[in-house]
Amino acid sequence: MSVSITVGAYGVAFGAAAVANGFTVLQSCLLSLLTFSGASQFAVIGVIGAGGSALSGIATASLLGVRNALYGVIMAPRLKVKGLKRVIAAQVTIDESTGVALGQEPHGVDAMRKGFWYTGFGVFVFWNLFTLAGALGAQAMGDIRAFGLDSAVPAAFLGLVWPRLTGNFERALAVGCAIFAIAMTPILPAGLPIIATAFIAIAVGLKR
Amino acid sequence: MTIFWIATIGTSLMAFLLKYSGHSVPERWLTHPKIQKVNALIPIALLSALVAVQSFSEKSQLMIDQRLVGLCAAITALLLKAPFPVVVLSAAVSSAAVYNWF
Repeated sequence: MSVSITVGAYGVAFGAAAVANGFTVLQSCLLSLLTFSGASQFAVIGVIGAGGSALSGIATASLLGVRNALYGVIMAPRLKVKGLKRVIAAQVTIDESTGVALGQEPHGVDAMRKGFWYTGFGVFVFWNLFTLAGALGAQAMGDIRAFGLDSAVPAAFLGLVWPRLTGNFERALAVGCAIFAIAMTPILPAGLPIIATAFIAIAVGLKR
Repeated sequence: MTIFWIATIGTSLMAFLLKYSGHSVPERWLTHPKIQKVNALIPIALLSALVAVQSFSEKSQLMIDQRLVGLCAAITALLLKAPFPVVVLSAAVSSAAVYNWF
């Protein structure tokens, strides 16, 4: 239940932010149906909204989507599905479904499968319904700044990154990347300052 | 085709290919500790950069406006361990208040 409410809130925030950044209601809903990965969706609308190219938007979103591939590696041997079922399993392989499944590990593989499918489908339904609500709401608003929507988007990003800042190293990386991106914004084409920070992460990750 | 359509379709295609590849490649390809480490750090870097750019710039220009107040409200809410909806709402309400009244 608490997962659903949180997902709903993210969905509303995403739908509203997508429209605020120039996407149509249809495009916002297609992103939620087809991309179905919160951080990637926020990233692509954020980069495009800041004036970045389609390519830098797609690249940033895809870098954030790499973790879903790793979730697939964890889930595949437990689900053991083929064909169309594997296609559907792949589409609902996200933070929440994998997280709940791993939480069920002590109860055996059947409980893990159940957790994965129920959470995956549940989040899918909530996420898409609330995206539509948020997109329609923002469309009706007009000047989004009068409703604080321009601040809701960075706040959503902050809410996504906050739980990952588990130690001083992570916090230092976050602050460093934020400063780097701001410093590069007047110099590099829009979108590139953001993608460049992924390479900082790769460099420090490999070195450490 | 507009930039918005290219972004929508391209992002969706890449997202699915990444998800599906995880279900299809041999496990040992992606479980190397270095890859796990880098994978944990990439979202931190990208999301922090997005927070900063979305708060302090418009197109390629740096600026400070009502969004700074929203960001401070969000940080305060997170420090007080508020749930996500409260974090976003406090940012929106405080920023809208500054925008409408000043």
